[in-house]
Amino acid sequence: MAILDKHKAIETHATLLMVLSLLVVSIGGLVQIVPLFYLENTIEKVEGVRPYTPLELAGRDIYIREGCYGCHSQMIRPMRDEVERYGHYSLAAESMYDHPFQWGSKRTGPDLARVGGRYSDEWHQDHFMDAKSVVPESVMPPYGFLFNREIDGRYIESVVKTHAFVGVPYTSDMIENARADFAAQADPNSDSSGLQSRYGAAAVPNGADVNVRNFDGQPQLTEADALIAYMQVLGTMVDFSTFTPDASR
Amino acid sequence: MCAKKVTQKPTDVPTTGHIWDGIEEYDNPMPRWWVWVFYATIVWGIGYTIAYPAWPMIKGATPGLLGHSTRGDVAAEIKQFDDANSAIKGRLVEADMSTVSQDPELMSFAQNAGAAVFRTNCTTCHGSGANGIEGKGYPSLLDDDWLWGGDVENIQFTITHGIRNTTHPEARYSEMPRFGADEILEKPQISEVVEYVLKLSGQDYDAALAAAGEEVYLDNCSACHMEDGSGDINQGAPNLADAIWLYGGSRDAITYSVVNARFGVMPGWNDKLTEDEIRAVALYVHSRGGGQ
Repeated sequence: MAILDKHKAIETHATLLMVLSLLVVSIGGLVQIVPLFYLENTIEKVEGVRPYTPLELAGRDIYIREGCYGCHSQMIRPMRDEVERYGHYSLAAESMYDHPFQWGSKRTGPDLARVGGRYSDEWHQDHFMDAKSVVPESVMPPYGFLFNREIDGRYIESVVKTHAFVGVPYTSDMIENARADFAAQADPNSDSSGLQSRYGAAAVPNGADVNVRNFDGQPQLTEADALIAYMQVLGTMVDFSTFTPDASR
Repeated sequence: MCAKKVTQKPTDVPTTGHIWDGIEEYDNPMPRWWVWVFYATIVWGIGYTIAYPAWPMIKGATPGLLGHSTRGDVAAEIKQFDDANSAIKGRLVEADMSTVSQDPELMSFAQNAGAAVFRTNCTTCHGSGANGIEGKGYPSLLDDDWLWGGDVENIQFTITHGIRNTTHPEARYSEMPRFGADEILEKPQISEVVEYVLKLSGQDYDAALAAAGEEVYLDNCSACHMEDGSGDINQGAPNLADAIWLYGGSRDAITYSVVNARFGVMPGWNDKLTEDEIRAVALYVHSRGGGQ
């Protein structure tokens, strides 16, 4: 055990101890993190997942701004009770365009990973205005002010560009038309063919058409439009018929 | 002050050598039990990474000798329950919905399974007691008023495809015109027809306005809501002649409905629920008291 006796040299030199500790911790970190970048099953291939539309992206920013992640997770864990309640467990591919992801570890409210399409837009309107009006036992605060805050997407092109910069596959076509798509999605009377051609079923293999509705039920475009558009797309993108689970996970 | 003087017998244990303020530190070895537990954890750790998925290789992580898979466990657990219920679920899927109630065993299963599905998916809008939210457009499922039909097949269809959603092509659909907002009716006409609707539903009304409103009603409303205001389940047109109101029956609420129209949406569930779950919850809803 001669080598162990040399340990005293480390214990009595603070700088040496620090440098070597850093080295050991780095190795531990690298072994865990680096393989995720090259292993093929880190993000399993599934079809249907597309980048968020500009309006959904704005809704996501509002979701983050309001700290919704403080009470709502967006990750259905692979456990029977969660799968039975919320739907198929979440896949890495479903949040691959999320920067940052919204997995979360706190559920004061329910998981929202698959909330899209579960409730009507009117329900979301009622629920954001006053959650207790539809769910009496809810402790969610009211978010009625979202319906008064008009947005025009003046910065949305930069937001989309930023997401493209960190690796979300937004095309130059998507970036150029970001503001037009932003407005088109919340106006059912507008010509949304451009939006659909960039994000809809035609653009994404096994994808679905983008929801184009007046999400907040008001004539003007508000933050509530964006947030409800985001809610309504959550978890609806993956086409599970194209998904085969990897056995060793 | 210490009452008793603490004394330390000198021992032959070596010290670390450094002294601070007269305090020295013994250089005792670690307790043997601690050291052995420490070594044991290292051995355990190595064994664990061999038994369970762990080490990253070129294409994927090592699967581990035990072949453990979190996802496999979930799939197996769900399959266990599916298998246990497969016979009765199969019977439910095959059954003629209108005669299920005559099969006590199947009905008992559908009631329990349907209640679970209802609690998980339907209570958020229709309330935990299925009584809806009055005046907000979430109908009570306990009463005899059915917008799209209250027999079990109609309930099943509504749950399967939903109402006026944009995601299910077969969703039930109808759209009331916005008589005021789109200027189909003049403002006085709207006041008149509202009084007539109040009359139809047996509330207090202005007789002169209601008399004028009858013609407006017959020209504009009766095609869907019927001449007597009894509604039409084929178009989801609510009954206006009873005391049950989807969006409120006050003069103001009715006026709002005539001016802006209502467009209640229900999601379709055939992409979230299986056929047996839909049938079970349809039977559950049908048996809540209002089923026809």
